[in-house]
Amino acid sequence: MVTVRIIPCLDVKDGKVVKGIHFENIKVAGDPVENASFYCKEGADEIVFLDISATIEGRKTMVDIVRKVADVVFIPFTVGGGISSLNDIDKLLSNGADKISINTAAVKNPKLIEESAKKFGSQCIVVAIDAKKIGNNKWEVFIEGGKTPTGLDVIDWAKKTVDLGAGEILLTSIDRDGTQDGYDIELTKTVSESVKIPVIASGGAGKLEHLYEAIVNGKANAVLIASLLHFRILTIPQIKKYLKSKGIEVREIK
Amino acid sequence: MIGIIKYGSGNIYSVFSTLKFLGKEVVLVENPKILDKLNFLILPGVGNFASSMENLEKGGLLEKIRYKLKDGIPFLGICLGLQLLFEWSEEGEREGFGILKGKVVKFKDKNIKIPHMGWNKVKILKESFLFKDIRDNSYFYFAHSYYVNTQKELIIGKTNYGIDFPSVIVKKNIVGVQFHPEKSGELGLLFLKNFLEGKWLQ
Repeated sequence: MVTVRIIPCLDVKDGKVVKGIHFENIKVAGDPVENASFYCKEGADEIVFLDISATIEGRKTMVDIVRKVADVVFIPFTVGGGISSLNDIDKLLSNGADKISINTAAVKNPKLIEESAKKFGSQCIVVAIDAKKIGNNKWEVFIEGGKTPTGLDVIDWAKKTVDLGAGEILLTSIDRDGTQDGYDIELTKTVSESVKIPVIASGGAGKLEHLYEAIVNGKANAVLIASLLHFRILTIPQIKKYLKSKGIEVREIK
Repeated sequence: MIGIIKYGSGNIYSVFSTLKFLGKEVVLVENPKILDKLNFLILPGVGNFASSMENLEKGGLLEKIRYKLKDGIPFLGICLGLQLLFEWSEEGEREGFGILKGKVVKFKDKNIKIPHMGWNKVKILKESFLFKDIRDNSYFYFAHSYYVNTQKELIIGKTNYGIDFPSVIVKKNIVGVQFHPEKSGELGLLFLKNFLEGKWLQ
């Protein structure tokens, strides 16, 4: 069967990695290619780049980065952040990104999911959903970096994105993001059991057990990890060794 | 010279950059005329079955590729590029190249997530130069919702996702893989190297 995927997330701003590996060698610290190559060699199953540039110029540099990464990194990578049109998607994919992730634009214009899935195939369209708990087993979709409530119910929205052609859901718990208290298991489980497409759990990883819980109890098909890896609190081989010892199928290299 | 057929929209660059990385001379092919200058032909897999067939027909590439395949050019179809070789697909309900016998069908198991997305094992069924230095049950990267239903004789590698499906097929000069070798790390590079440098004597 397909293995669970361990996915490092790198935040990029104006062409530089701003949330990435804390290298001792400062010179390469902000280099997206160096960061991606490092995780690729360590055994990452995929990589996600989140472009947090606030300007058009900043976003343009993402296309160059995609090409540079595609020249030396031979595992799949996804690009998200600020993507709002078919043209944006086309540019990123044709320069070597394997998938793109859309969030705010998908909520504002759900047709974008449908049109992009038709044109490029569902397998490369990831819909990112930022969820905030608003009650017992109830979560609301937030957009614009988790700042703006939409009134949309997370489960309803997740189902709708599947109907429109999304190939995967990147599900972030706003409540847990940055806390290291563990993934929102209820949220992950509820969404994963509501949709037929793979779900990537994100937000809250603080220790090995959290990853196990997200996969086994939360039914996540992949886990997104940032700080925990960047600060070298955990390494990918360590994570995979642990999950394997717990009976979870992982892809080990070497 | 290796030619990568450019059709439809999506990530064709990765196959190109992977071959460049392996030190190969490679060109993107949009014009059927170039096909006569090539030693290897690669049909990458991006997009949708029906619209890809339309694009290939429109550009006049379809007939020329079909001719080259019969002429014996070493050929690699990746993902959708594999599926297009068959007679018919459920995706868009239309016919493909019809070079290989079989149909392309969707995963139907209710207990699995679709697309089949991620790293999965390839079980080697028949020894081949394509698997040189690649161990049985090695992991490769998959991203697809459809698979081919074909004759047993063609299948040299299979993968399980709810059911067993063909992940590597070979018929004479034609090789097809359901996974993405260009996205399968070191082993993917090795598979491509084997394809390009292997002995093409049957």
